[in-house]
Amino acid sequence: MIVLEKRPQPSRNWSLATPVLAVLATMIFGGLLFAALGKNPVEAIRTIFWDPLFGEFAFYYRPQLLVKGAPLVLIAIGLSLGFKAGIWNIGAEGQYIMGAITGAAVGLAFYPLDAWYVFPLMVLGGALGGWVWAMIPAILKVRFGTNEILVSLMLVYVAEQMLASMSLGLLRNPEGHGFPGSRNLNDYAAANSWIHQNAGLHWGVAAALIAVIFAYVLLNRHMLGFHIRLTGEAPRAARFAGVNPARLILFCLGISGALAGLAGLFEVAGPAGQITIDFNIGYGFTAIIVAFLGRLHPVGILLAGGLMALTYIGGEIAQSQLGLPAAAIQVFQGMLLFFLLALDLLTNFRIRLHKKEAA
Amino acid sequence: MDLSSINPVLLVASLMVAATPILLAAIGELVVEKAGVLNLGVEGMMITGAICGFAIAVETGSPWLGFAGAAIGGAALSLLFVLLTQVALANQVASGLALTLFGLGLSALLGQGYVGIKPPPTPRLDIPFLSDLPGLGPVLFGHDLILYLGIALVAAVWAMLKYSRAGLILRAVGESHDAAHALGYKVVRIRIMAILFGGACAGLGGAYISLVRVPQWTEGMTAGVGWIALALVVFASWKPWRVLLGAYLFGGITVLQLNLQAAGVAIPVEYLAMSPYLITILVLVILSKDKSNAPASLGKIFHASH
Repeated sequence: MIVLEKRPQPSRNWSLATPVLAVLATMIFGGLLFAALGKNPVEAIRTIFWDPLFGEFAFYYRPQLLVKGAPLVLIAIGLSLGFKAGIWNIGAEGQYIMGAITGAAVGLAFYPLDAWYVFPLMVLGGALGGWVWAMIPAILKVRFGTNEILVSLMLVYVAEQMLASMSLGLLRNPEGHGFPGSRNLNDYAAANSWIHQNAGLHWGVAAALIAVIFAYVLLNRHMLGFHIRLTGEAPRAARFAGVNPARLILFCLGISGALAGLAGLFEVAGPAGQITIDFNIGYGFTAIIVAFLGRLHPVGILLAGGLMALTYIGGEIAQSQLGLPAAAIQVFQGMLLFFLLALDLLTNFRIRLHKKEAA
Repeated sequence: MDLSSINPVLLVASLMVAATPILLAAIGELVVEKAGVLNLGVEGMMITGAICGFAIAVETGSPWLGFAGAAIGGAALSLLFVLLTQVALANQVASGLALTLFGLGLSALLGQGYVGIKPPPTPRLDIPFLSDLPGLGPVLFGHDLILYLGIALVAAVWAMLKYSRAGLILRAVGESHDAAHALGYKVVRIRIMAILFGGACAGLGGAYISLVRVPQWTEGMTAGVGWIALALVVFASWKPWRVLLGAYLFGGITVLQLNLQAAGVAIPVEYLAMSPYLITILVLVILSKDKSNAPASLGKIFHASH
């Protein structure tokens, strides 16, 4: 008889091994899925995971890795702090949109002024937009005990409508011949987030790396980080230790909102260029997978962000070369989270084979 | 602006139609939560049900087979949630999110060939004389059977929870799984059945959107209805009849804002379209002070050590 025995402490080795195993399992089952769609599974997996890095056109795809990875890492770092403490911000997509709108609005307000302070102000605007949007569920939770999962998610749909409204109305390009969408910030040098476009380097990449270091220091060297971990692992002990839950909620939601807002701003001021109706492509939701895949650990998130960016880029290549549907990649990413959660059983439990004892 | 173009009888009739997907999903989730499980994958199960129902209805030409397929599809997806939370003992919040992300992708994949197709119409009840009554006829007797099934399910769940032994056991499992386990009830088995029921209901709700309400298939067409259903369970404080009331309230808001859009009110369309989500937040705020009705074991992992 198979018996699950709870480990006194989560196994460190398994905790590191499960993400790798989950990726392998996803490759196998993803391959089966691609085979079911009538594609050569080996070729499809190779196209997704190998070609962007080492294929013939890798020089073009490698910079893309930074472009796609940066927002994912930036958002996931913020989310991971809350997830660690059991504070579930799942509306990062909305905060990302609001950050892009407010940040772009700041930049467009200065157009066509060419001054050094335009971009820093946009960065502040983007962070502030995301922060305010995340403060809504935070304050409602602290003040009224409202469920932050539902409120933050509802606000994603509100933000999407806001995005539509902005790109059709307030922020529409006055010289765009009536087409929806704002001015392209890539044509406005002072409001541009690119550092080196051909290398895929923009300020979001820098911000993502800073966020990783910041989160690492916070969690390992700072009292607040200790409180976050304590609240997640032993809520009762945290209360006795004098952790203020309201402060923690405001901090975790606030920081994740601000980071998501920043990600939105760097995206709109660089790779996307303009506010359009379909500006957001789900980074805020994929970042949830990244956070879990990275074990809620800053360095892990960095690696996981790279891997997810790879599936985005590889997915696009597979789409154009093999005719693999875009949705198949979405399924693939969802599968990854499934296997990760399922395999986590091995981290927290020991599987024992017990012989039934004679009564 | 011409508000007189809004016909109150049609408004009430379409309100009931708009409320049914939320109602079906919410009553299923209520049973799941009463068993002490928090399944945040409602949105994913709904959208999967929407495409399963749509595809089967189109292929077979029968909306009823479509609805049956939707219920099976929703339940099948919830089986993944069962594996994660009841077998692998994973965190329920994370597993629910995984279910939604996966369901959204899966439905988009399944639905590729079905964009722009019209499904076979779902027949409406047509009782001679009764359905033709002015005013009352279209509201009470002019709908399809699934809408009545939704209301019947509310009554059935209410009676089951309140009067039957099965309901008592379900509530016991949700209030204290350790006590229920000690009494010899199969906690995991009962929870699995509740989760499957919730999945089937969410699937039905999704298919109601794609087969009756819209009726068409577009990617991501549930647009947050599953999340609204989750919110509805909270502010109905886990009481079936309040779920019905809440669903109709939301159906009303949705239909009213659509009517106002059509009537050309001076408020921009986008702001009207936000209103159901904003009102969900508002109601959540007003009603979430009182959590005394929440099942005590909600969202907690059960692991029988012996």
